[in-house]
Amino acid sequence: MTEPILSADDVRVVFPGRGRRATATAVDGVNLDIAPGEIVALVGESGCGKTTLARTLLGLERATSGQVRFAGQTISRRTSALRGYRRQVQLVLQDPTGSLNPRHTVYEAVAEGVRIHRLSGERKRVADALARCGLRPPERFFERYPHELSGGQRQRVVIAGALVLEPKVLVADEPVASLDASVRGEILSLLLRLRNELGLAALVVTHDLGLAWNIADRLAVMYLGRIVEVGTPEQVFADPRHPYTKALMSVLPESPIEPIVLTGEPPDATRIPAGCRFHPRCPELASGAAAGAGVAERCVGERLPVLPAAGTGPTLVSCHLAAAKLAKSR
Amino acid sequence: MALLELRDLTVTYRTEGGPVPAVRGVNLTVDTGQTLGLAGESGCGKSTIAASILRLLPTSAKVTGEILIDGDDVLKMSWGKLRAVRWAGASIIFQGAMHSLNPVQKISKQIAEPILLHSPDTTPTQASKRVAELLGQVGLPVSRADSYPHELSGGQKQRVMIAMALACRPNLIIADEPTTALDVMIQAQVLDLISALVRDHGIGLIMISHDLSVLADTCDRLAVMYAGKIVEEGPAHQVFTDARHPYAEALAWAFPVIGDPRTRLSPRGLPGDPPDPADVPSGCSFHNRCAVAEDQCSTRDMELWPAGERRLAACVRVLEAAEGESGRPFVANEEKATGEGVLG
Repeated sequence: MTEPILSADDVRVVFPGRGRRATATAVDGVNLDIAPGEIVALVGESGCGKTTLARTLLGLERATSGQVRFAGQTISRRTSALRGYRRQVQLVLQDPTGSLNPRHTVYEAVAEGVRIHRLSGERKRVADALARCGLRPPERFFERYPHELSGGQRQRVVIAGALVLEPKVLVADEPVASLDASVRGEILSLLLRLRNELGLAALVVTHDLGLAWNIADRLAVMYLGRIVEVGTPEQVFADPRHPYTKALMSVLPESPIEPIVLTGEPPDATRIPAGCRFHPRCPELASGAAAGAGVAERCVGERLPVLPAAGTGPTLVSCHLAAAKLAKSR
Repeated sequence: MALLELRDLTVTYRTEGGPVPAVRGVNLTVDTGQTLGLAGESGCGKSTIAASILRLLPTSAKVTGEILIDGDDVLKMSWGKLRAVRWAGASIIFQGAMHSLNPVQKISKQIAEPILLHSPDTTPTQASKRVAELLGQVGLPVSRADSYPHELSGGQKQRVMIAMALACRPNLIIADEPTTALDVMIQAQVLDLISALVRDHGIGLIMISHDLSVLADTCDRLAVMYAGKIVEEGPAHQVFTDARHPYAEALAWAFPVIGDPRTRLSPRGLPGDPPDPADVPSGCSFHNRCAVAEDQCSTRDMELWPAGERRLAACVRVLEAAEGESGRPFVANEEKATGEGVLG
């Protein structure tokens, strides 16, 4: 397998409590590799730690334990080293209206990164980045302000701002969640095209499973600080093995599976349940399927190991029942 | 008599730059126990329609046509009558509802407010009993009544908003993007709840969204809007899976059916931007973004033509298809169109 460009190695991120607030373990042991030119979708519900993981990969959050590696090198905490790193790994945020300064023209917004990194040929770089993002001819957009653009155009400007530094990896946090349906496909096509033309790798953080199906090479499902299932979208969607993944698939519109609507709110990172972290909401445990396979006690009492960072290969799943089923089938 | 009927509704905003038509002649009906989905991009006029039904638009909006709730025209109602219809006849679950709760008031008080306003002789005991009942209906524990909004999660806040909308037992509920910004699982919970309420209480529901796949799953009928007009209407599932209007088709494709190999690694969007409401293209307003546009589309005015059983679409292709099937053209429409073409 090719060497991953970006990887998380047993990353844990703990936010210490203050006063009466309890300590929250937002990321509780994650291994994840992203190969050059690979698009990985990280899906999960609000509060599962997916954004914290993305921020840690960007060096915006310090891992409590574990490491983030870029091209084999552990990223340093020194400001100068981080600056170099951030040129390689760029962030695209959810809401383009919020992430653009309303008083800056498109040119200034895109040129900002070039100025910070003191690169030469600013004008050409900005024009190239805008053109790559489908804003053609780029000169026509230079002097425009964000309020003069449509939502889709603004998101293109944000992506151009990331691309102008010629990064190796994009980390996109819900890149299309605030966009209209018709624009959504356009922006996703753009990400896919950038991958094909520039070999740009991407980690796309989302709760939109359709997005994963549309563009991801690999899909990682996160639940309460851990990745619970990872595989290609084909594998995971055709045969979801973790009960949480199954439930997520079942509530999609047009899903062939009978909807499994999980009751209760997403769990709390300050109180991670013992045993399997999903067990209080697990439909397999509640229905007695886990007991039938003789793993119910382990679900409640035995912690699951952290999944390894696999590149290609079969799906990996963090579930006592799925492991028991697999062992039986062998 | 239909629960809600919109007849040739137009809404025009007066702005400094001149009049901006946001809704340009919309006809819709919703019956008791029926769910109608209204889909379209930002700026297509769908939220304007929602607000116009209860006369909630700013004074800069000029509304013409008729909005009949149980046969009464909302636009001609006196203020007193209108106040009675708001909440008790029809209520709205607003877009971004989670942020429209008062942060310094307990939710029980907020839910009770419309009840006390509409029946002033309600005793506090009766009101709190009704609040408990409503919380039960939306699947929140009664112990939550004394919570403040910040103590609730997004999904719970949305449930509180639904409870408020139900407080005065309206026959019609308008839900404007009720699940946008919610997680998949919470979205499924909220949609289940809304469907159950329609089923059990026989209320009529208009659900507004840009996500066609959600509307197809929840609604009986679906109307797709573009630039202030309805361009396709029909049974929700049919419109989603087999759209007759190219715009409705593009919207449907934007949300892939997972597992469909045609959409794997090939996201589809719609090039271009929605038109500026102040400057809508002539002829079919969609023609400049349409992949199958013909010469006549830029001049010929479209109207909703029959496009199959209980289906309507505003696209010349449905006329052509009908001609092909029946072997004879729709003479009246053809003549009218030719005349306009010459004038245009």
